[in-house]
Amino acid sequence: MEALLNDFSVGLFFMQAIILVILILLMRKFAWKPILNALDERESGIEDALKSAENAKKEMENLQANNAKLLQEARTERETMLKEAREIKNKMIEDAKAEAQEEANKLVAQAQATIESEKKAAVADLKSQVANLSIEIAEKVVREELSNKDKQVKLVESMLGEATLN
Amino acid sequence: MMVAKKPIKLLTALVLTFFSIASYATNDGHGEENKDPHKGELVDTPDEIKEYITHHLKDSHDFHLYTNNKTGKHYGFALPVIVWTSKGLKTFMSSAFHHDDEGHTIVEKDDVSLVKLHSKIYELDNGATSVSFDEHHHPTNAHKVLDFSITKSVFGMLLAGLLMLLGFGALAKGYKKGNTIPKGVGRVLEPLVIYVRDDIARPNIGEKKYRKFMGFLLTVFFFIWILNLLGLTPLGFNVTGQIAVTVCLALFTAIIYLFSGSKDFWAHTLWMPGVPVILRPILAVIELVGFVLIKPFSLLVRLFANMTAGHFVVMSLIALMILLKKKFGVVGSTGMSLVLALFISVIEILVAFLQAFIFTMLSSLFIGMAVEEHEEHH
Repeated sequence: MEALLNDFSVGLFFMQAIILVILILLMRKFAWKPILNALDERESGIEDALKSAENAKKEMENLQANNAKLLQEARTERETMLKEAREIKNKMIEDAKAEAQEEANKLVAQAQATIESEKKAAVADLKSQVANLSIEIAEKVVREELSNKDKQVKLVESMLGEATLN
Repeated sequence: MMVAKKPIKLLTALVLTFFSIASYATNDGHGEENKDPHKGELVDTPDEIKEYITHHLKDSHDFHLYTNNKTGKHYGFALPVIVWTSKGLKTFMSSAFHHDDEGHTIVEKDDVSLVKLHSKIYELDNGATSVSFDEHHHPTNAHKVLDFSITKSVFGMLLAGLLMLLGFGALAKGYKKGNTIPKGVGRVLEPLVIYVRDDIARPNIGEKKYRKFMGFLLTVFFFIWILNLLGLTPLGFNVTGQIAVTVCLALFTAIIYLFSGSKDFWAHTLWMPGVPVILRPILAVIELVGFVLIKPFSLLVRLFANMTAGHFVVMSLIALMILLKKKFGVVGSTGMSLVLALFISVIEILVAFLQAFIFTMLSSLFIGMAVEEHEEHH
């Protein structure tokens, strides 16, 4: 300990203190400040770059998600449109079929009605002819009867037989 | 003074070429007529080795690189001596002492006589012409002077400061040009700065307040680390092994955390809540002693002891080469000491970082304790 104390040089201590203070001040001004500032700047720059890259990545992901969503929507829309179109087509076909059926039915009905009315007219015509014929026959019969009794009867009978055949 | 011829010569040659320092004989031919027994002789007994190591752990007033044993010439360069004596400030070059460390060479400066004794400069009392010693080898007719010399340690600190200013200044300038990525040396330095910020300061001090202390922490970390590493070079700096230097560093930490202590910190230190009132003053004393004395003391002693011990061990292992020469031969002892010294040197490189890290880590921990603000009171 005594040797240590003896070795302690006050002058060296002062020189060291002065040199250290000057060195700290000089180094702070000319080295540490610019170095640390540059390091800070660089680090914050890197951090910013990383952050913006991360943001860009996120935006990209968002865009991609949006795209996928849009695509999905378009697809479903297309499907629904197709489905609708198919339905409309089917309906139109159905409608057309139904209409045609109806029309046909109507036509058939009309035709039937015409036929019926024609038939009725024909029957009426026939009836009137039969009546006229009958009257003619009756006239002839009446004339014949007036001449020959037997012949009269025979005529009526034959005429009647004919008439029933008709 | 020499530990051994071969490796030191080689290392010195390397250092000389590497740092291209113009070496010159500082004693200007004085060595030949110098009959000092400590000059120009081989160091080969355990006592001499011990003295050599102790001498080299101390600060010195000249930058000594190499001694030629044959001519006794010392190579290196002198450093300025600045002392505050009883007659005011005196400055001269350390070469005036002619490498004398035993108090034999007296430097007359105006009307004061100065001697250098064990790396300390003494002023002779009035009328004394030479230093006389008591039985503990303490000088009796001389007193220490305030020594503001540019010693080897101060030189090392200035060198470290210069290296830091150049290295980190270049890194800072690189950013100013708009480059966000550093080039050259900056590539090595930037991760270290980030390391100190993210692994030492931030977790200990907290996100909000760490920024204020970064100047001190970064400076101290690199200062200690560079000085520790300089200590491992053959230049032989032992700056962080000087008690005055570590005291100064620890004192700075203490001053910083004591002056930036939050209200909560002082409340908890001086009047601990949740403790019986009788115990509170005792706790306050314990806490105060802890923060004012024990914590700085642990900081300064840890750094000082680790670095001194490291230097001591490396030099001792190199000295094995001489001590074991008789037993194992030149090759055996040299090989053994080389392997051991290399091993310890590698560990010392780790310790150099570790001690800088621990000092900064504990400093930021103490600062963190002081600036912490408690959300809830227990």
